[in-house]
Amino acid sequence: MSMEGKKAPRAEARDLCVHFGQRAAGFAKFTGRRAPVVHAVDDVSLEIGPREVVGLVGESGSGKTTLGKALLRLVPVTSGQVLFDGDDVSHSRGDQIRQFRRQAQMIFQDPHASLSPRLTISQLLEEPYRIHRIPEEDRTSVAHLLETVELSSELANKYPHELSGGQARRVGIARALALHPKLLIADEPTAGLDVSAIGNILNLMNDIKDEYGISYLIITHDIGVVEYIADRLAVMYLGNVVEVGPTERVLDDAAHPYTRALLSTVPKPDPRRKDGHAPSLLPGEIPSPKNPPSGCRFHTRCAYSDNGLCRTVMPKQEWVDESHAVYCHRWRTVRG
Amino acid sequence: MTESVVKVRDLDLVYQSGNEAFPALSDIELEVGAGEVLGIVGESGCGKSSLSSALLRLLPPNGRITRGHVFYKDLDLLEIPETRMRQFRGAELAMIFQDPLTSLNPTFTIGTQMRDVQRAHGGGSLSRAQIYRRSVEMLEQVGMPDPEDRLRSYPHEFSGGMRQRIMIAVALMLKPGVLIADEPTTALDVTLQAQILSLLRGLCKEEGTATIFISHDLGVVAQICDRVMVMYAGRVVESADLFSLFDEPLHPYTRALLRSIPSRNRRGSRLVSIPGRVPSLSALPSGCKFVNRCPHAQDVCRATEPRFLDIQGHRVRCHAYDSSSGFRDAGVVTADRFGD
Repeated sequence: MSMEGKKAPRAEARDLCVHFGQRAAGFAKFTGRRAPVVHAVDDVSLEIGPREVVGLVGESGSGKTTLGKALLRLVPVTSGQVLFDGDDVSHSRGDQIRQFRRQAQMIFQDPHASLSPRLTISQLLEEPYRIHRIPEEDRTSVAHLLETVELSSELANKYPHELSGGQARRVGIARALALHPKLLIADEPTAGLDVSAIGNILNLMNDIKDEYGISYLIITHDIGVVEYIADRLAVMYLGNVVEVGPTERVLDDAAHPYTRALLSTVPKPDPRRKDGHAPSLLPGEIPSPKNPPSGCRFHTRCAYSDNGLCRTVMPKQEWVDESHAVYCHRWRTVRG
Repeated sequence: MTESVVKVRDLDLVYQSGNEAFPALSDIELEVGAGEVLGIVGESGCGKSSLSSALLRLLPPNGRITRGHVFYKDLDLLEIPETRMRQFRGAELAMIFQDPLTSLNPTFTIGTQMRDVQRAHGGGSLSRAQIYRRSVEMLEQVGMPDPEDRLRSYPHEFSGGMRQRIMIAVALMLKPGVLIADEPTTALDVTLQAQILSLLRGLCKEEGTATIFISHDLGVVAQICDRVMVMYAGRVVESADLFSLFDEPLHPYTRALLRSIPSRNRRGSRLVSIPGRVPSLSALPSGCKFVNRCPHAQDVCRATEPRFLDIQGHRVRCHAYDSSSGFRDAGVVTADRFGD
């Protein structure tokens, strides 16, 4: 995949697979019966450059969160590689993985669920230092962390349940920032927030990026968010990345039929789209990753699928131009 | 507009807590005609859900309606006895909630649940075959594949999108005059959301159901509604038909909401954010409730609550549009055309 400036990517997935349920667990150990393997992430290659913001979109069940977690080694890698600054960290352990985790952090989807209800905000913010045994003098003060995320220092002695959704989200960001990471993976950073709070969080994320030189992977289903903030956009469907390229190119000139369908269903605050411009509704729902369709995984819902190639052969990466890749047998027809 | 099916006038609602009464809704006015979809938007805590509970008289024990009328056709729902109201709920006034899984009973098949709803409201007049036919017909209408088989399934056997379809089927089964949908697509993916929205709009138009659609997502509202009402701190601050509201929003709050939506046009520039938060009910400012966050606030805004003006059908609660309010340099606000 081409990168601007040919810099080494900050983080990279190479032919990454994450499958769940391969080992028999629980009662199945005795019966010998195996649950079907869930192909959560299958053969995904994706790069995140230094200071780059990559948006990752797709329906629920497409494997976005699992890919994010795999890039941080929070779920075991089945096959393929996870690279960070050029080093293979897919099977690192001990000190090596601790070093890596200092530099790559996650902002979790549900801020209230990811903050321990028994700790105060200041304890929560100091926790990363405790875990990584950072000496006192290298720590950033709680007051400063709160200031960075534009929260009042009065919150330091409060408990998570006393915070609003937007405030809890900020604490999550402050916690991720505590160790000065180089990569932040944000899982649905704006879900469940009011519009005005979304604006604030995105402004904050932008500021932090410039100040700390962080790369982001932003997992979201809100196309408005990626339109606003992402440099590149990757679209996932049922464990596969189906299209990736510069945000504007993918939005304006989507080559994959799934991307097109997804974009057309996004509600826009423009009442004129209601009439005439009916969204091309995708029929049905996303199939189960336990038993993904053969060939191209999208063929069961695709308007362009033919009965031959699409049903039998998994599409390879093809280049629309030097920076815009698509995984579809018929993308030339799709673009017309 | 056609004859209105629901009409709310001067509605006030307070929540009692100890000796204090917190005004949750104040001076609410709304009207919805047959087949019309009215959108209600606003941030969390602005009273959207209180309003829908008040319409159905499903308030928590400390909630009290202190003033106003809720007319359904010609009947004031606040005047009728609870037993009568109970017959109305579900039959004449239906509701779809945000999370279908908590509104469906996990221990019964959906066929049983659909049957029970019809029995409860149909008295003994419906035969088993009629009930069955109506259930199948409704599931067909909401696009459920193999409806006859699926009647024997339990809620957990359905996906999120299908469950929401079932909720719509149950809600519309008795042909209600009014449907209140409280964030019905918030838990769904955009692709499913689009399916559900077009289904809902189609069915409401077809059946002539007056629909109140509550959402915090202006994008969704733009896709489904005919008219939109913006709420802030328990008041209606603006109400207009869909196009006027999006093309020429008048209230500073509505403008800020629309401007804070992230999109590619705003790439590279900072998103407009509304400073501060919705005031809590215990600390509402005395004049205009938006005064602490409004870029145009003046003394008059702090002193008196604005009237709910009617500017050629476009209604707004802001002193800047009221020549008798004493608002200075109103031109600054009125000339602040949206989209600049």
